[in-house]
Amino acid sequence: MSEPRQDPQVKRLPDDVMDIQLGPSHPAMHGIIKLDTKLSGETVVDMEVSMGYLHRAFEKMCEHRDWNQNVVFTDRLNYCSAAANNCAYMSAVEKLAGIELPARAQWMRVIVSELSRVADHLTCVAASVMELGGLSVYLYLIEAREEIYMIFDKICGSRLTHSVARVGGMAYDLYDGFEDDIERVFALTRKFMDQGHVMLTRNRIFYDRMRDTGTVSEADAIDFGFTGPVLRSTGCAYDIRKAMPYWTYDQVEFDVPTGERGDNYDRYLIRMEEMEQAMRIVEQAIEKIPEGDVFVHDYKIFVPPKKETYNHIEGLIHHFELVMNGPQIKAGDAYFAIESPNGEHGYYVVSEGGGMPYRVRARPTCMPMTMFFPEMVKGSMIADIIPTFGSINMIGGELER
Amino acid sequence: MLAKVVAELEKTAKDVVLGQIEAPDDDCLMIERSRIKAVCRVLKDNPACDFKLLVDLTCVDWLGQDERFEVVYQLYSITHNYRLRLKARVPEGESIDTVSDVWRGALHVEREVYDMFGVDFAGHPKLTRILMYDEFEGHALRKDYPLKKHQPRVPLRWPIEPKDDPPYNWTRFQRARKLGLDDD
Amino acid sequence: MGIEKALAGKEGFLTTKLEAVLGWARKYSLFQYPFVTACCGMEFMSVMNSHYDLARFGAEIPRFTPRQSDLLFVVGTINHKLSPTLLTVWEQMTDPKWCIAFGVCASTGGVYDNYAAVPGIDHIIPVDVYVAGCPPRPESVLKGLMRLQDKIQNRKLIDDYPELRADAR
Repeated sequence: MSEPRQDPQVKRLPDDVMDIQLGPSHPAMHGIIKLDTKLSGETVVDMEVSMGYLHRAFEKMCEHRDWNQNVVFTDRLNYCSAAANNCAYMSAVEKLAGIELPARAQWMRVIVSELSRVADHLTCVAASVMELGGLSVYLYLIEAREEIYMIFDKICGSRLTHSVARVGGMAYDLYDGFEDDIERVFALTRKFMDQGHVMLTRNRIFYDRMRDTGTVSEADAIDFGFTGPVLRSTGCAYDIRKAMPYWTYDQVEFDVPTGERGDNYDRYLIRMEEMEQAMRIVEQAIEKIPEGDVFVHDYKIFVPPKKETYNHIEGLIHHFELVMNGPQIKAGDAYFAIESPNGEHGYYVVSEGGGMPYRVRARPTCMPMTMFFPEMVKGSMIADIIPTFGSINMIGGELER
Repeated sequence: MLAKVVAELEKTAKDVVLGQIEAPDDDCLMIERSRIKAVCRVLKDNPACDFKLLVDLTCVDWLGQDERFEVVYQLYSITHNYRLRLKARVPEGESIDTVSDVWRGALHVEREVYDMFGVDFAGHPKLTRILMYDEFEGHALRKDYPLKKHQPRVPLRWPIEPKDDPPYNWTRFQRARKLGLDDD
Repeated sequence: MGIEKALAGKEGFLTTKLEAVLGWARKYSLFQYPFVTACCGMEFMSVMNSHYDLARFGAEIPRFTPRQSDLLFVVGTINHKLSPTLLTVWEQMTDPKWCIAFGVCASTGGVYDNYAAVPGIDHIIPVDVYVAGCPPRPESVLKGLMRLQDKIQNRKLIDDYPELRADAR
């Protein structure tokens, strides 16, 4: 990092340490978090992060609902990529219960997760650029995100909180004409991303504000528990989709982009490239997805089709049992993690047997990044807080659950 | 891999492993509470184990059992591409050593476990509440904290209606078993 | 009406009530303060954006200080830890001021019926319009804003001067 420019004309500001409190409701903070910052002049000397302003008792609520009902809470963890959370939670439950999903359901989980990855990265890049003043990029990228929301709207009837997964499968199948929509939307997304590249990637102002700010080293990042794009920007290529392929990620081709310097600019480039890779995965998945059902044919796990429920007493009883008591999951515990847009998003589920979880723990993906945020900005200028905070993609719902 | 890890542990610390469960992707070791820090140190620094990433640290409240809290560590070794889970039981009122000087990532998750369960981590540099506010009484994720017990911080314009809450926030299944009811 | 007729050809003005003018001016120049906390913020971004375009209603410019704004958008769950902040922001805003509870979490607590979340921000601050939905679709937000504009248009002048009320004197 180059030395800050020393202008002899400008008198140095006094060295008294000044306390500035950024947050909980602050224009430069998207999300509610409090940064107690100590400044000397404009240099950040020390910082302390306070969180908990969006604690909504996700884990406690899960102990009071049955396994399927909890899916609506997982929507609201990382609300930028709700479908990925649904699938991760349900896969953890299925791992505990020992349920093997049909191939089409696994492919569909790949598709919705990658679609939500595109939406998440679009939101992250757009919001962080907007905070730097690039409003037009924001308008373009959010327009692309809007189209992806429309696809989800057609799949499950909800733009943001999808709740697409259930224990033992998916609640909805892909609709007719999905391939055409994907083709159209991806063409549009690529167009807007190209415009984003034109406006940002070689933009001098953007480059100077992002390059070599918010730097973190690889050893530190691993020690802090960073995962996802922030870890990969330091050069460590840890991606669960490659390391421990789940669902059908071993049958698709994609690259894992890594950075070199671990700074904001690397993270921006990684996010842009990951969107491209995610679209590539979806396009392959549409080619390879087999015909069939998207749920297991075990009516003790997944609700029978309506035809069974209305016409046969057995179907009705199974429906009643599943709705009233929930799917019965054997006692034990399991941990299942996916590579969510933000990093490793894992669920640790504990069952005592029966229809409700004993304990559900969601690994807060962005918590290490947020809580060790001071380590990334100490010694730099106060203006560097904004791009750095944007690039770690803090999501309140997931951070504080 | 699990056998190798246990062998490495036994070399430096005898009889530290109380039990082990082998399952695909879910290998698990029960560790004696007093030696958790030494175990973690070995697991991180020994190149045969090399668990550089502390993925998660959490706790399960087994209300009614002698050793009430079960602290759970999820570890991952990037070089060996291997996941391991450690568990240590802590009775109520006792403390467990912090591992925040092994992995700095544990600093804040341990604070969260302290906040939500009241488990004391001995040697932690700053064990304060992180999710709840300082005035909050009790520990929210304990099984005996009522789900709907509000503790407002500002004067409310009208009070929050008290709602029905089960005596313990256990699942229906467990509640029925505890009360001796026939569970169907 | 005689004056209007006499002056119609020259200057061109019309008479109306002060209340109506004030309401008209206020409802098309809402300066909002987005108190964005949670999931609804994603939909709030959509509403603000070109696709749904809040600018059509004259409410697109966020003021990031409560002192300059007259419409508080409470977007998302408010929990007990955050409630003092919300109250402070509301008290810093100058009269006349309005508040929209955006989404069920702000309106009633929504699915978060537990120890952490405030069951509706009307326990803390007065609310003018509640927008339902978890999260509300952008269309319903626009509907809510139009409702608020109606409310502002119909506001009585005496509401701004409560000390002038007959029963207050």
